[in-house]
Amino acid sequence: MITRSLSGLARALAEREISSVELTRLYLDRIARLDSKFNAYITVDEEKSLAQAQAADGLLASGRGGPLTGIPLAQKDIFCAKGWLTTCGSKMLGNFVSPYDATVIEHFNAAGAVILGKTNMDEFAMGSSNETSHFGAVRNPWNTECVPGGSSGGSAAAVAALLAPAATGTDTGGSIRQPAAMCGLTGLKPTYGVVSRYGMIAFASSLDQGGPIARSAEDCALLLNAMAGFDERDSTSLDRPAENYARDLEKPLVGLKIGLPKEFFGEGCDPGVMKCIEEAIAEYRRLGAETVEISLPNMKLAVPAYYVIAPAEASSNLSRFDGVRYGYRAPEYADLNDMYSKTRAQGFGEEVKRRILIGTYVLSHGYYDAYYLQAQRIRRLIANDFVAAFNQCDVIMGPTSPTTAFRIGEKAADPVQMYLSDIYTIAVNLAGLPGMAVPAGLVGGLPVGLQLIGNYFSESRLLNVAHRYQQVTDWHLQHPAGLD
Amino acid sequence: MSLTLEQVRRVAQLARIDISDVEAENTLGHLNGIFSLIEEMQAVDTRGIEPMAHAQDLAQRLRSDEVTEVNRRDAYQAVAPETEAGLYLVPKVIE
Repeated sequence: MITRSLSGLARALAEREISSVELTRLYLDRIARLDSKFNAYITVDEEKSLAQAQAADGLLASGRGGPLTGIPLAQKDIFCAKGWLTTCGSKMLGNFVSPYDATVIEHFNAAGAVILGKTNMDEFAMGSSNETSHFGAVRNPWNTECVPGGSSGGSAAAVAALLAPAATGTDTGGSIRQPAAMCGLTGLKPTYGVVSRYGMIAFASSLDQGGPIARSAEDCALLLNAMAGFDERDSTSLDRPAENYARDLEKPLVGLKIGLPKEFFGEGCDPGVMKCIEEAIAEYRRLGAETVEISLPNMKLAVPAYYVIAPAEASSNLSRFDGVRYGYRAPEYADLNDMYSKTRAQGFGEEVKRRILIGTYVLSHGYYDAYYLQAQRIRRLIANDFVAAFNQCDVIMGPTSPTTAFRIGEKAADPVQMYLSDIYTIAVNLAGLPGMAVPAGLVGGLPVGLQLIGNYFSESRLLNVAHRYQQVTDWHLQHPAGLD
Repeated sequence: MSLTLEQVRRVAQLARIDISDVEAENTLGHLNGIFSLIEEMQAVDTRGIEPMAHAQDLAQRLRSDEVTEVNRRDAYQAVAPETEAGLYLVPKVIE
């Protein structure tokens, strides 16, 4: 049961092979028994989950179930869920029980899905290894000495360890794709504006986008069907007709034009990872696709520009955490300013403070043009590179991450090294494009993820491209050893 | 370029984050490392390039000026550190 696809689970529920309460209990028992090894969850609330499961069983019994009714899902702890502790991985929100639902949670609730728990993450989604969480590092189920990637590391570890059938994540600079790649999963970051950000705790508002982390492209399509949609409460939500993201899954890939950016295939990528990527591309050629070399000349500027833009937006977004309206307040202080300063000094972790300071600096008088405006101009150059590239190809492919999962502690002391682990994912966020990670091999027992990048709103095409590959390969079906 | 300890303290003060001398020293080292990465942008000639402020070049959507939310003050204040009679309490600002 625990290795079935979402549609397989939906079938089992529809045919009364198992009830939602039984399925939810199965996962809750696994979490209770195994999660101390991985630390994938911050909050589990059996009572709430089972109440939702019971309601789902009622819907199923009356024939009113949909594709996700009764299926338990792990929710990244960045999504506000009414009555649930919602920490965003931070001491600052360590006591925050959300009084409302994020739109994404609302959609899943309306679909009859069950919240299995809230997953661990880098604090305020700022990190690439899940080591910045106030609630401790998450361990990679493939090798517990290694990180699961970040920032959606708890979601990825939960799915990889079979502690959830699927999960949500958010991706500001690679936070869905990189942990999916490092945990052998399929992850999708949609086009900016497709999934509502309402109730998704903000890090960098012009880059943040929610999406699914699951075991297959097909599962991702089902999840995206529930997550996507216009929301007037998010001013950047796009008002577009609803789509069935699973509609093109089976389309043949004959004639597909794959762009291979020379900047993704040069130095800087681990040779073992590169070999897997090249084998995956060879598989695509066998499926009838053609490859063309392309160039994204401003690629190398993506990390520098991102580390101006994202911290600038974060410094503004995180100013709301002041100890007045919600969350942590320092126990002792002299006056109002002292209360703000002590609350923020004690409530935020080191990496979050570092990014707030970078952001405050680049937005301050005298530096705004040199840093912030320059970064925004470079962002335009990077987006233009993709526009030009998509005149030559339908989809871009390359590695998701330059290495497999690294060891816990290996990069924690050196922010620059940590930042460079997102070198292949960040440009996609700057341009606002959709991207995926798809399992494409193992190196030294650790998963490698192929990255797919599509043009704006090409999610169903990307899912199709990933799905056809998953029909002829079994990397996505492999599990870490010793999970029972 | 390279930041000074004084600038780190100043920025921390602007961001309302209390910072000890030891923390300021450590932060200075890290920030200078990060800024040496960021400085790679400065070599690029971007004259005439329109800044891209957002992932979609769209105008902000407007809505009519109507009350659309119900009053949920009690629910929202239930999670506040300190309230009284529907108000948020902070240390005294005006003597």
